Amino acid sequence: MRKWMPATLPGLIAGLWGNQAGAAGLDVKFEIPRLNVAEYHRPYVAVWLERPDQSVATNLAVWYQQSDGAEGKGTKWLAELRQWWRKSGRESQLPIDGVSGATKPAGEHALSFTEGKAPLAKLPAGDYRLVVEAAREVGGRELLRVPFTWPPKSAQTLKAEGKEELGAISLQLKP
Amino acid sequence: MQRTIKLLALAAALATAGAAHAHSYWMVPSSTVLSAPQWITIDAAVSNDTFHFNHRPLAIEPVVIVAPDGSKVAPANVSKGELRSTFDVKLEQKGTYRLELVRAGIRASWKEGDKPKRWMGNAEAFAKEVPADAPELQVAETISRLETFVSVGAPAALKVSGKGLELQPITHPNDLITGEKASFQFLVDGKPAAGVEVTLVRGERRYRNAQDEIKVTTDQDGKFAVTFPLAGMYWLDADVQDDKVSVKAAKQRNLAYTATLEVLPQ
Repeated sequence: MRKWMPATLPGLIAGLWGNQAGAAGLDVKFEIPRLNVAEYHRPYVAVWLERPDQSVATNLAVWYQQSDGAEGKGTKWLAELRQWWRKSGRESQLPIDGVSGATKPAGEHALSFTEGKAPLAKLPAGDYRLVVEAAREVGGRELLRVPFTWPPKSAQTLKAEGKEELGAISLQLKP
Repeated sequence: MQRTIKLLALAAALATAGAAHAHSYWMVPSSTVLSAPQWITIDAAVSNDTFHFNHRPLAIEPVVIVAPDGSKVAPANVSKGELRSTFDVKLEQKGTYRLELVRAGIRASWKEGDKPKRWMGNAEAFAKEVPADAPELQVAETISRLETFVSVGAPAALKVSGKGLELQPITHPNDLITGEKASFQFLVDGKPAAGVEVTLVRGERRYRNAQDEIKVTTDQDGKFAVTFPLAGMYWLDADVQDDKVSVKAAKQRNLAYTATLEVLPQ
């Protein structure tokens, strides 16, 4: 026992560290375009992973007005994120811990998710799509999908380009 | 039975050919898919052009608003204008609200001397007020149901009453989206109704030249499916005649079902 310990402990520690450093996960970057409009409201945004049949594998982020304003509860307009609302939102108890958040200004936003750490649970091997949906008051609605296969064989970066309510999207897969 | 329905339907179609362009009636909710409890407004009218109120207001006194828990909600700000009726409803529960206007009764017509007489009422009044031996007495029973649905949060399952012609959703009426097949079943007195002709007309009728109606017929199990090509409010209508009367003097029963369905874009 005493002889075994010193020999394995470094390996065990290395293994732990190695696991930590190379944790599988995904990084999502997307741009909320700066728009030159008279009346600008920050968009509601939902980011999730869906299976090929469009069922939701996991919610990653939902940004909406958190406070109750003059127009009622911030959740009143959540149904404007039509796809997300239909596929997930309406079945969810809001706010969703680690997913719900306040709306964000125009610019690039980076989200990082580690497999096995909420909100990205262990993802069974298979085909998925990252979905980003944005809906803006007095503005439009746009939804983009980035297909990918999990787990990735190597680090990959996948991209998509929005037209109106979303700019460039990049999905970085970390094996 | 099916044959009876078809034959009677044909007879009725011939008898009422002149009335084929009867005005349609409808209720249109301000929203059908809601993410939080809130007020909605309903417009109700009788008109030819789907969802344009340009003829008469609908008598909405008999409208019943059924909350997800089965309780009844009173409408607020009820008003009847020259062209439309309107009312508000505060939706406080999660689930699906059903707004229904059911009219059931007996229609009779006969001759009094040279003058044609028309009568409408319930079975009790019929026995008292309509002379059983009136010349050229024509009696028919009717049950018509007009309805629409609004969901707060996740749509909830809908139950039918088991009376008259009713729509049993397979796809929830608040879960309709363009390009996806939606399925429904028609029931007569709670039993599958085969061979029912269903008409669907999208609103905004004024802004196109053709009616562009979608016509489908229910299958053996009373089911039909439709894939909506365009988003919008749709007027769904079906009519059935049969001989399941409850009043002896009545020869046929006219059943009508009308609903407003909202289809959202992908």
